Amino acid sequence: MDAILIQLLNGLDKGAAYSLIALGLTLAFGTLGVVNFAHGALFMLGAFCAVTFQKILTISKRVKDESITFFDAYKDQPYLEIWWGDTGAAIIDYAVPLSILFAIPVMLLIGVALERGLIKHFYKRSHAEQILVTFGLAILIQEVVRHFFGANPIPTPAPDVVSGSAAIGSFLGLSDNLVYPWWRLIYLFFSGVIIFAVFAFLKYTTFGMVVRAGMADRETVGLLGINVQKRFTIVFAIAALVAGLAGVMYAPILPPDYHMGMDFLVLSFVVVVVGGMGSLEGAVAAGFLLGVLQSFASMNEVKAIIPGIDQIIIYLVAVIILLVRPRGLMGREGVFEE
Amino acid sequence: MKGLMQNNLAMMVLFSIVVLSAPIWANPIGANYPDLLQKFAIFGIFAIGYNLLFGLTGYLSFGHATFLGVGSYTAVWSFKLLSMNIIPAILLAIIVSGIFALIIGFLSLRRSGIYFSILTLAFAQMAYSLAYSVLTPITNGETGLQLTQQDPRYLDVLAGVVVEDGLPSTNLFGMLMKANGGYSGFYFAALILILSFYISLKIFRSPFGLKLKAIKSNQTRMKYTGFNTKPYLLTAFVISGMYAGLAGGLLASIDPLAGAERMQWTASGEVVLMTILGGSGTLVGPLLGAGVIKYFENIFSALNQAELIEVFSFMPEFLQNILVFICTPFVGEGWHLTLGAIFMLVVIFLPGGIIEGLQRVSGYIRRLVGFDKEQVNKESKEERA
Amino acid sequence: MVDKKTDLDSPSRRGVLKAGAALAVASPMFYLKDSWAAADQVYRNAPKGATVTLGFNVPQSGAYADEGADELRAFKLAVKHLNGEGDGGMMKTMKPSMLKGNGILGKKVVFTTGDTQTKSDAARASAKRMIEKDGALMISGGSSSGVAIAVQGLCQEMGTIFMAGLTHSNDTTGKDKRRYGFRHFFNAKMSGSALGPVLKEEMGTERVAYHLTADYTWGWTQEESIKETTEGLGWQTKAAVKTPVGAGDFSQYITPILNSGADTLILNHYGKDMINSLTQAVQFGLRDKEVNGKTFEIIVPLYSRLMAQGAGENLKGILGTTAWNWALTDEGSQAFVKSFGAEYGNPPSQAAHTCYVQTLLYANACEMAGTFYPPEVIKQLEGFEFDGMGNGPTEYRAEDHQCFKDVLVVRGNQKPTSQFDLLEIVQQVPRSQVEYDASIFGGDLGPYKV
Repeated sequence: MDAILIQLLNGLDKGAAYSLIALGLTLAFGTLGVVNFAHGALFMLGAFCAVTFQKILTISKRVKDESITFFDAYKDQPYLEIWWGDTGAAIIDYAVPLSILFAIPVMLLIGVALERGLIKHFYKRSHAEQILVTFGLAILIQEVVRHFFGANPIPTPAPDVVSGSAAIGSFLGLSDNLVYPWWRLIYLFFSGVIIFAVFAFLKYTTFGMVVRAGMADRETVGLLGINVQKRFTIVFAIAALVAGLAGVMYAPILPPDYHMGMDFLVLSFVVVVVGGMGSLEGAVAAGFLLGVLQSFASMNEVKAIIPGIDQIIIYLVAVIILLVRPRGLMGREGVFEE
Repeated sequence: MKGLMQNNLAMMVLFSIVVLSAPIWANPIGANYPDLLQKFAIFGIFAIGYNLLFGLTGYLSFGHATFLGVGSYTAVWSFKLLSMNIIPAILLAIIVSGIFALIIGFLSLRRSGIYFSILTLAFAQMAYSLAYSVLTPITNGETGLQLTQQDPRYLDVLAGVVVEDGLPSTNLFGMLMKANGGYSGFYFAALILILSFYISLKIFRSPFGLKLKAIKSNQTRMKYTGFNTKPYLLTAFVISGMYAGLAGGLLASIDPLAGAERMQWTASGEVVLMTILGGSGTLVGPLLGAGVIKYFENIFSALNQAELIEVFSFMPEFLQNILVFICTPFVGEGWHLTLGAIFMLVVIFLPGGIIEGLQRVSGYIRRLVGFDKEQVNKESKEERA
Repeated sequence: MVDKKTDLDSPSRRGVLKAGAALAVASPMFYLKDSWAAADQVYRNAPKGATVTLGFNVPQSGAYADEGADELRAFKLAVKHLNGEGDGGMMKTMKPSMLKGNGILGKKVVFTTGDTQTKSDAARASAKRMIEKDGALMISGGSSSGVAIAVQGLCQEMGTIFMAGLTHSNDTTGKDKRRYGFRHFFNAKMSGSALGPVLKEEMGTERVAYHLTADYTWGWTQEESIKETTEGLGWQTKAAVKTPVGAGDFSQYITPILNSGADTLILNHYGKDMINSLTQAVQFGLRDKEVNGKTFEIIVPLYSRLMAQGAGENLKGILGTTAWNWALTDEGSQAFVKSFGAEYGNPPSQAAHTCYVQTLLYANACEMAGTFYPPEVIKQLEGFEFDGMGNGPTEYRAEDHQCFKDVLVVRGNQKPTSQFDLLEIVQQVPRSQVEYDASIFGGDLGPYKV
């Protein structure tokens, strides 16, 4: 029972990550009709917003390191600590959550810049060309990040207060072994908020209504004299922001490295397609579904029956769903079938 | 020019000359060594085959590396169990990958558009993951399948071939693939490439090819006319899968090793990029794309600052320093950066790939010498169709 | 990364390029002509001019790019020292040594580099380029066992000596050993043997272990070797779970440990996988747990500095093994650290150490053989005993081309005094304790002449 419950939590947590990435991707798909292979890179950039912010906070004075005698070595002492002592140290400790404030403008800016500078010229081009150009962009972003941060993962720990685990089991009167890291619970909650916010935005604002109308029938909306172009820019920026925030919050779970975007790219495409092209609800549902299934498939009991199932479960489920339901879970007819 | 391109024989002769003279023209660009020449030819075959599917029908498969990998594994197993002769290995590689393509194609072609792409991707990722881990007894996992001295090689034993110490080498009825420092392997691959190109040319200009193009331009209309597109699509899929299997078998024939990463999605992505970069739907475009990508992977990745200084040494020193400073991030370990930038530049400015670039240049030259402008336009349209 | 040293070797590089180009033009006839010239000692890429080319094949892209960069630094330093530039580093402490600081056999050492991408195919392609195009006489480097085994197999076919870089799988000098391949780095079997007594002392004989193992050959050999050791101590093995390589999030594999009744987690992961799984295991509170009346412990059998950097705080107090550490105080290690530190401003990693040593060992073997002819060089390396290269007296065992030397058991430093001071040496386990019979892994070296 405990084992099932905790795997369910794992699955939801994974699902939250998949959903968040897929949400932005499908938003860009559905509204703009753009297959964005650089979406994973945006996720990675988000994580590196956290890294950068942490680096900014820990800008340091170089002090000669007396402990090394073989050669001249220096160690770094952050100015924040030099100036403010413990308060400074506490601010550094909260680097990741604080970096959200840093990531919001940065990611919006990146989103607007990309859409204005590149993506908008590709609305009318074929999907293959969109894939090639955004893939090139993804490599470009990736290599630039590597140039500045190296290839090794960079530890970006969560604040000390939430670095441990919550004793959910004893709280609910179940086993003591049922614990879950605070940060992962926060991540789950945060994802819920973001997903809810995106839906609310699309559902209850005039802007959102136009966007949804655009997703359903782009041409007509354009004919109505609505400035679709400006809205497209904003939608792309929002997609970039959602990916970026997912990245920031994921940094303590997965120490960021320059390649993490590519690792998530394929997976997020599978999630979007399983959910059904152009369906936001579908992307979220598929994200959680695949996350939970992946967790359960990784249990020793399951692996004992089907060895290696945890490695392929996502793809296997994707194949089955696509063969049974032609347009994924909630896809609409005629979208991206040409 | 137009007449020449339409004439199969002339085109094949020209193509053969260009391919077989590769050791000469590849020399000034530093690409004349057997391994890279072999890769040009083999990945050229892979890309030509991929183009038969994507270029003709517009179906974007993201899982073609599976067939390349299957072909390689089959060939190495043929070396281990049957014979070091490459003929059975290559034939088996084509057959087995054809069977895989039939199964995967049959299932995936039930969907179209991006749903088709993701289905092929999912099959490929499953094949890769399993080959890397649980199928290790068959694939030797991460290390890759290699030959050993203890391999049975039943056919060779029957034929009385004695292996002295060391591993036996792959051969074509006694002609070693690694003879002449590897150039034998290249010329063999080059001949197969010419043959593959000829078949592709025939398919492009056959009624079958025309039907595929019709499917690409408007499948719905084709269906309304009562035309069942599925068998045609499946045939194209299987043929292109067999091309990939052939390429995989050739890879293993020249260098008897088969690794799981040959099937990873990045490998599938690579052939897509080759095709689009060169110009999908054109006859020679995919070949050019394959050449460019392999060239960057092998030559650009090995350049360093010292060689850049050499390249720009004819310039005044300050100019040389500036250029070296600008170029350094793009060579050596920065070769990925260059590749990414090229993808973007080509797609942004030359949607038809490198081929379109060449056509524009030749069109420009022809206009300069006073050719009929209309004819040039018409011709380039035909080439892209 | 801008390499400030390349201008040093630019003139000779130029020569090599030209020589390479000339060779390539003539290549179809080349072999025939050559085989007539020297009937008994024909070998590929025999140095003709005043230089000898070595090929350094390291990961420059992908997850191990930083490790590859450190290896390349070590190679460049070794080349400098061989050519008599710089302070000579370990060349002064190596015993016995015939190195004179005038290149190898009087020929100036130049090098060519390649990107393995940590993929067998790509690594073989770049090794082939270095051999076929650039005329490399020896290939070295690499950061994973799959690559090492693939390149080693290629080098056997090409008749080019391969001095392996970082590779820890038992297979490299076990079932996949090759006559032309040599490994200075240690292996999983030796990690297990070295860890045994320390584990016994620190954790007792009544532990219940749970393995998480990267699902590929290196992971399996390490799991097998460590299991052998711990079960020998009397520990139970609760479960050994295979995890997909590059899984990223390991939560679904970590949570079952909480309930399993195990009190020790053994992470058979390397690189990014290890950084992620360890970070997440600590987040799940494994290290704060008490099971069976004992504090829960995590063991990382193979450590590297890059992993320590990536895992940050989470690594503190965790036991593991490493081939070499810059904090060693023997003369050889100190000379190397001093020389490397002066050149690059940070101490070398274990990968850098093994690559540096391998280059010197190859050069020295050529000097001893008096020729570059590979079979003779191989015979000099086989059974070669030396000292003064860190790790105490060392032997290249002739039967499997595995180096036997002291292994370090280390612990993530609780109170690091500098950003490089990540690992604390618990014990330098003597070589005698990690030796094993060469025949247990099978395999076949193959012929000297190919």
